[in-house]
Amino acid sequence: MSKSQQVKTPFWRDDRILPIIFQVVFVVIVVLFFGFLINNAINGLSRLGINFGFNFLRRTASFNISESLISYDASDIYGRAIIVGMLNTLRIAIIGVILATILGVLVGIGRLSKNWLVRKLSGMYIEIFRNTPLLVQIFIWYFAVILPLPQVQESFAIGNFYFNNRGIAIPWFLSNDGTLIWLVLFIVGLAGAFFTWRFQLNQQVKKGKRTFPFIWALAALLTSWLLAFLVTQSGPFNISIPELGNFNFSGGLRVSAEFLAILTGLVIYTATFIAEIVRAGIQSVNKGQTEAAQAIGLKSSTMMRLVILPQAIRIIIPPITSQYLNLTKNSSLAIAVGYQELVAVGNTTINQSGHAVEVFLIIICVYLALNLTTSLFMNIFNRKTQLVER
Amino acid sequence: MSVDLKIVENKQMIAPPKTSASLWDWVRNNLFNNWYNTILTFVAGFIIIGIAYNVLSWVLFEAQWTVITNNYRLFMVGRYPLSELWRIWSLLTIVSFMFGLCSGSFKGTILRLSGILAGIYLIHLLAPFTASSSKVWLAVQLAGLVIGFLIALKLPYNKRIAIIGWVITIPLVFFFIHGFGILPEVRTTFWNGLLLTVLLAGVAIILSFPLGVLLALGRTSKLPAIKYFCIGYIELIRAVPLITIFLMAQVLIPLFLPTGLTIDNLLRVMLGATLFTAAYAAENVRGGLQSIPNGQYEAAKAIGLNPFQTTFFIVLPQALRAIIPTIVGQSISMFKDTSLVAIVGLLDLLGIAQSVKSNPEFLGRHMEVYIYIAFVYWVIAYSMSYSSRRIEKSLGVGER
Repeated sequence: MSKSQQVKTPFWRDDRILPIIFQVVFVVIVVLFFGFLINNAINGLSRLGINFGFNFLRRTASFNISESLISYDASDIYGRAIIVGMLNTLRIAIIGVILATILGVLVGIGRLSKNWLVRKLSGMYIEIFRNTPLLVQIFIWYFAVILPLPQVQESFAIGNFYFNNRGIAIPWFLSNDGTLIWLVLFIVGLAGAFFTWRFQLNQQVKKGKRTFPFIWALAALLTSWLLAFLVTQSGPFNISIPELGNFNFSGGLRVSAEFLAILTGLVIYTATFIAEIVRAGIQSVNKGQTEAAQAIGLKSSTMMRLVILPQAIRIIIPPITSQYLNLTKNSSLAIAVGYQELVAVGNTTINQSGHAVEVFLIIICVYLALNLTTSLFMNIFNRKTQLVER
Repeated sequence: MSVDLKIVENKQMIAPPKTSASLWDWVRNNLFNNWYNTILTFVAGFIIIGIAYNVLSWVLFEAQWTVITNNYRLFMVGRYPLSELWRIWSLLTIVSFMFGLCSGSFKGTILRLSGILAGIYLIHLLAPFTASSSKVWLAVQLAGLVIGFLIALKLPYNKRIAIIGWVITIPLVFFFIHGFGILPEVRTTFWNGLLLTVLLAGVAIILSFPLGVLLALGRTSKLPAIKYFCIGYIELIRAVPLITIFLMAQVLIPLFLPTGLTIDNLLRVMLGATLFTAAYAAENVRGGLQSIPNGQYEAAKAIGLNPFQTTFFIVLPQALRAIIPTIVGQSISMFKDTSLVAIVGLLDLLGIAQSVKSNPEFLGRHMEVYIYIAFVYWVIAYSMSYSSRRIEKSLGVGER
C-alpha cells in the first residue's frame, strides 16, 4: 500500500498538469497564428504605403451622403461621415424595431385568432415572407415597386399622401408655440390617469362595488387636454401638408426611396419572426391557467392582461431581443440600395482611403457596443419579468 | 371490480354527442360567431380576394415571362460552359439517385422531399420552353430518383449504404463542377446562378457544423484559455452583420496572406460564410449540450469513461439529436443569406437576376425576375422548414 503511494503519476496522465500543458499549447498556437497574420498585414500595408492608425479620420471625406441627421457635406472629415452613418443605422433600427414589433404582435395574435380566415391570412403572410431572402425582398421593394412609380411631377396621390420614384411625402406634425405646454400637460395627464385608475381599481377590490376605473382615468386625461387647450389657446401641433415645388416636395414628411425600401423590407421580414415568437409565447402558457382564469370569472381581456401576457412575456423577451439585434444588423443590407448607413459609409471610406483594418475595427466596435447595450437593457427587463422561484 | 364492470355493462349505451358539424355550423362557429369576428371575416376576405385578384391578373396577363424562359440556363447555372454542361447534369443525376436511395431507406420526411424534387423535374419536363436535350436529362433525373428508390427497397443494410453514398457524393461534387484530371477545369467565375447558391449554402452548412461543435465544446470547457477564446470568437462574429464579414473576406484576407499567395474570390466568400455560420452553429450546439442532464456525465464517469469518450459517445449524440430542428432552421437562414454574395460581386441566383434585368433587351422587367427568384428561394426554404417541422414532431421536441 505504502509502496504504491510512493509511485508518482507520470505527468502525461496527471489531471492537474495536463490541462495546463494543453492550454499553453493552445495559446501558443493561437498567438503564432495571429502573429503570422498580423505580420503579413503589416508587410502588406507598408508595401501599399499605408500607415496603420486612426489619423485618417481627420482628413476630408469628399463624398456626399444624401440623408443625414446632422449637418454634413463633402468638405467634412471622415470621422463625421462615419458618425453620420452610425446615426443612420440607429435611425433605421429604432423606427424598424417599433414598426416590426407592432406588425409582428398583431400578426402573432392573428395566428391564434378564433377566426379561421384571419388565422390563414396571418399564416400565409408568415410563410411567404419568412422563407424568401431579405435582400431579394428589399430589391423587390426598391427596384420593382418604388422606382417604377411616376416622376415627382406626376406623383401618384391618395389625398395628401404622395408617392413617387423618389419616395413618399406625407402630411406630418409641425410643432407650434403651445407644443411644449401640451406635451408637459399630456404627460401629467397620463400619469394622473394611471394613478386614478389604480386608486379606483383598489377601491373596487376593497369595497366590492363597481367604481368604473377606466372612465375615471379617461376623465383625468381629458381634463389635462382641456387645461392645455385653455392655457395655449391652440392645438397641440400644426399639420404640415407636402406641397409640390419646382423640383421636389416641400413641407410634410418626406421619406427617400432608399430609406423606404430598406425600412419596408426590414419591417415586413422581421415581423414574421416576431409573430412566430409571440404565437409560441402565448401558446406556451399552460392551458390550465386559461381554464383557471375562466373559472374565477375573468373576462377575456382581463385574462389576457393579468394571466396570459405576464407569463408569455417571459418566454417572448429573449428571442425577441435577438430579433431586434438581427434587424439592426440586417439594416446593413441598405448598402445594396444606396442608403448610407454605417457599413455603406465604411465601405466608401475604405475605397477612398485604403484604411480597411481601421474602418472594420470601428464597424465591429459599433455593432458590438449596440449589441451589448441592447442585451443589457433587455436583461434588466428580463430580470424584472422573470419568475421568482421559491 | 367485477361488480363495477357489471354495472357499466347494464347501463344503457348512449351515443356520444355528434362531433361532426355541417359546413354551415363550421362557418358560423369559425367565421361569424360574434359581431367583431364577422367584421374581421369581411376585412380578411376582402384583403385575400384583393390580393388574389391582383396577383393572378398580374401573373397570367400582365407579366412577360419571356425574360425568365429565355434566360433559364443563366438562372440555373449562369455562364457555365455549354460544352461541359453534361457534368452538372450527371452530378444532378447522382444526387437524384441518392435522394431516391435515401427515401427508400428512411421513408418519412426524405421521401416527401424526393416527391417535391420529382414534382419540380416533372414541371420542367412538361414546360414548353425547356430545350429537348434538357428534357432528356430531366427524364434521366426522374429515372435516377425512381431507380434509387426501388434499389433501396430491395437492398439489405440500405440505411448504412445511403449514408456512405452521401459521403462519397460530396467529393464527386467538386470533381464534376471544378474538373480534375480527366475533366477540363472550369474556373470558379463560371459557377453562377442557382448552382452557386446551392453550392455556397451546402459548403457553409456542412463545414460550419464540425467547427461549431468544437467551438461549443470549447465554450463549455473548464479550461479558461480555451473557454474565453471561444466566447470571444462566438460573440464577436455574432455581433457583426454577415455583409461585413463578406466585405472583410474581400478586403482583408488578401491583406493577411503572405505575399504571392492569393485565394480565389469564391473561396474567400465560402471561408467567410463558414466562419460566420460556425459561430451560430456553436450557440445551437451549446443549447443542446445544456439540455443533457448532469446524471449522464456522472453515469459516464461511473462506468470509467474518460472525458473524450464521455463527450463523443454519451453527450454529443444526445445533444445533436435534440437540436436537429434548430440546425435545419440555421441552414435555412444560411441558405437565404447566401444571396448577400451578390453585393460583393458574385453571380449567385440574385447576382444573375441583377445582370439579367440590366440586359437592355429585358428593360423594366424587374418584377418578373425578382418574383421568379424569390419563388425559387421560397420553394427550397419552405421544403426545408417543412421537413424541420416534421422531424420536430417525430422527435417529440416541440410537444409538451
